Order: sequence, then structure tokens, then C-alpha cells
Amino acid sequence: MKNITYLMVFIFLTVMSSCKNSSENNTGNTETAQEKKRSESLPEMSIYHLPSHWTNQNGETVELKDLQGKVVVMVMIYTTCKAACPRLVADMRNIEKQIPEDKKENVLYVFVSIDPETDTPEKLKVFAKENQMDNEKWLFLRGTENDTREFAAVLAVNYKEISPMDFSHSNIISVFDQQGEMVHQQEGLGVDNVETVEAIIKMADKG
Amino acid sequence: MKYYSTALFVILSFFCELTAQNDKMVLVKGGIYQPLYGAADQSVEVDPFLMDVYPVTNADYLNFVAQYPQWKKSNVKTLFADKSYLANWTDDGSYPGLANAPVTNISWFAAKKYCECQGKRLPTMDEWEFAAMANEKLQDARTLETYNQYILNWYETPKTFRNPIGETFKNYWGIYDLHGLVWEWTLDFNSVLISGESRKDSDKDSNLFCGSASIGASDLMNYAAFMRYAFRGSMKARYSSQNLGFRCAKNVDN
Repeated sequence: MKNITYLMVFIFLTVMSSCKNSSENNTGNTETAQEKKRSESLPEMSIYHLPSHWTNQNGETVELKDLQGKVVVMVMIYTTCKAACPRLVADMRNIEKQIPEDKKENVLYVFVSIDPETDTPEKLKVFAKENQMDNEKWLFLRGTENDTREFAAVLAVNYKEISPMDFSHSNIISVFDQQGEMVHQQEGLGVDNVETVEAIIKMADKG
Repeated sequence: MKYYSTALFVILSFFCELTAQNDKMVLVKGGIYQPLYGAADQSVEVDPFLMDVYPVTNADYLNFVAQYPQWKKSNVKTLFADKSYLANWTDDGSYPGLANAPVTNISWFAAKKYCECQGKRLPTMDEWEFAAMANEKLQDARTLETYNQYILNWYETPKTFRNPIGETFKNYWGIYDLHGLVWEWTLDFNSVLISGESRKDSDKDSNLFCGSASIGASDLMNYAAFMRYAFRGSMKARYSSQNLGFRCAKNVDN
């Protein structure tokens, strides 16, 4: 009986939290008072206010706020994309190369899938391996359709499924500081990334 | 256990009943239609769904922020709403104008959250466009000159957002105010791949958009719809506007 009560409370909280903000949501069983305080001290524009849960290429659960403390470079892609995405991956690699050795470990590169249905953790793992990005520097994330749409909205990335295997999407690489505030965006493919690299180095210095 | 879940559901539903005053929904049966900006094969199938009969009003929204204070004008995080959020509200508890006028100056995040808190969601762009192509008599009135003229006349009429809900026509599905009052947020407004900055995308720049060649206006004659898509394409999720409101939708339970 007691178990059932716990389960009910859990279900109740889960249902309620779906319409609440993470920062206000101190009812989840994992969020401690300390974490709540931390989230309150985040700048208002921090993406770490987004309450989303993701799965990485290793099948592990990742919350956005787990990324806090690093400079984060993000791009939205889908692994079956043949046109723009390989170039976006190349752009990310190119940016990473230009970061000085002593700052490399302060920076995390994140690929977020816009096709969570197709891009299972297994697919993301294969994609990471194919691109020699299968280490802790590169993070591949897949979320729910809802969280993905919300996340894209924050990044101002527009995307649309145009067939089961093909999406249209804007090609934007975003840089976030340690607190999750967006500090730079570069738009387009193969564009001059000097400013992006500068922004990353500047932020990584602060870390 | 099943009993408890059911009981819980009933309690929650009751809770929602109490908090939502303007929550009347009708069934839109769905079907196949041709959107202005379509998928690769142009036709899109819309599944049956429920849609609010009226847009969300000032009174509804006041009720919402009273219950979820994090969405009050003074509390909302700038990540979720910019300065224009509830711009006309004099403080957290009062709005200018009518209680039954549509609430406007709402960001996408706020609109989305409001619907989720009613156990609903925002309609998708295809759902909204599908429902909105009806006039009083026809499911799809888009080829009628009178239908288009009505919408264009409205676009030219200033400050219709101050009018009360329910005074435009009742459409084929029993829905009011899809045209004639305010523009409305959709769940996937950010699937419009025209940025509104013509220097960036006048040539469907393939640098900017993967697969952009397959996106194009299927019916450029439909100027009214084109305006809506262009507007959506120009919005960001934290923006709000005084002529932009919203209503909620819901899946049909099997």
C-alpha cells in the first residue's frame, strides 16, 4: 500500500511538473535544495532553465544543466542528412582544431538531433565513430520531439520534416558560456569562423 | 493500481475544469490538404484533433498567472519572454480592455505552457491552417474570393485585438475567430523556413537551408496565407506582439 502511495505521488508530481518550469520545479525527487539554489542564480537568459532530458550517444541520460561549467558549442543536425550536415560537422571540427591546447578541455561540442525518431543513441554512436568524434569532447543528444522543438526555439533554429528521411533546417552554430548564456551565433555553411573561434577562446579563458 | 490512476486522473481533470473557464473544444475531423508551404509531395494529412472554439482571453490568462506565478509579467525569465510580454498590462494583476478580449503579447513559451497546464497543447501549423481554411459552410473555402477578401479586409483593419471573442463568424467546424481578431501561435511556428530577411533567403540559399529546394510557395495566389507564414517566419519564441494571441488544441483520445 505504501508503495502505491509513493507511486501515486510520483505520478502526480510527474504530471504536474510537465506544466511547470524547471527552475520553479523543486518537487522532482532528484532535485535538491542546493540545485534549486544554483538554478536560481543562473542568468535569466541561460538555456539551463530549460527542463529538458536527453539521451547521449552512449545511451546515458543527460540534463541540459549537466553541461554547466563548460563553454558549449552547439549545432542541430540529423544523421541521415546528406547535404548540409556533413559540412556542419566539418565546420565544428574546424572550429575545434583552432582552439589552443590549454583551453581545449574547457569546451564541449554538442550535436542535437532534429530527428529523434530516427536518431537513436545507437545511430548517434555510429555517426560519432564515423566522424572520429567518439570521445568526451563531442556530445550527441537526442530528446523528445517536444523538447527538441523547444530547444530549437531557443536557438532560433527552424526546421521542418519534408519527407521521412529529409529535413529542412537552418544552419546555425551557437556558442554558450559556462552559465548557459548565448554569446555568439554563426549562420550558414563553411562561413568564416574567426569570430566564433574568438568567442570560444574568450569564454574558455574565464573558465 | 489502475483504480488509483483513474482516480488521480479524475482529480486532475477536475482541477483543470476549475481553472479553465474558456475551454470549450470542438472536433476537427482532419483530412488531406495542400498547405502553402508543404512537404515533398505537397499534400499533408491532418489527423482528427480537438481545437478550442475561442482564443484564450485576458481573463483566462490572468487566472493562469495567478496559479503559475512564474509566468507573471514581473517574474517571467527573459529566456522565455522578452520585454514586450504582456506589454499593456499595468501590473501583474490587471489588463487594459475587455476580460473577454483575446490575450496578446504572449510569447510562444508562455502560450505553450498555458496549453500544457490545461492538459492541452498548441495546435500544429498544419492543424491551424486546416481548421482555418473553412468558412461558415465549407471545409475548404480558400478558392472563394469572398473568403480571401474577408481575411485581407481584416488585415487592413487596425486594433481588432481589442474586440471580444466570438463576434466573427462560426466556421464549418464550429470554431470562432481564426480570422478577424488576432493572429495565433502554432506549436511548430519555427518550421517556416523563410526568415523574413529577403537578402538572406530570396534565392532559397542552400547554404542556409538543407533541402531548401523542396520548399516553395505552392499557391502564391493565397496572399493572406503567405502573410501568416511570413509572420511566423519572422517570429522568435520569446517575442510577442500585440496582434498575436493563441488557442489550444488536443489529440483525440482513442
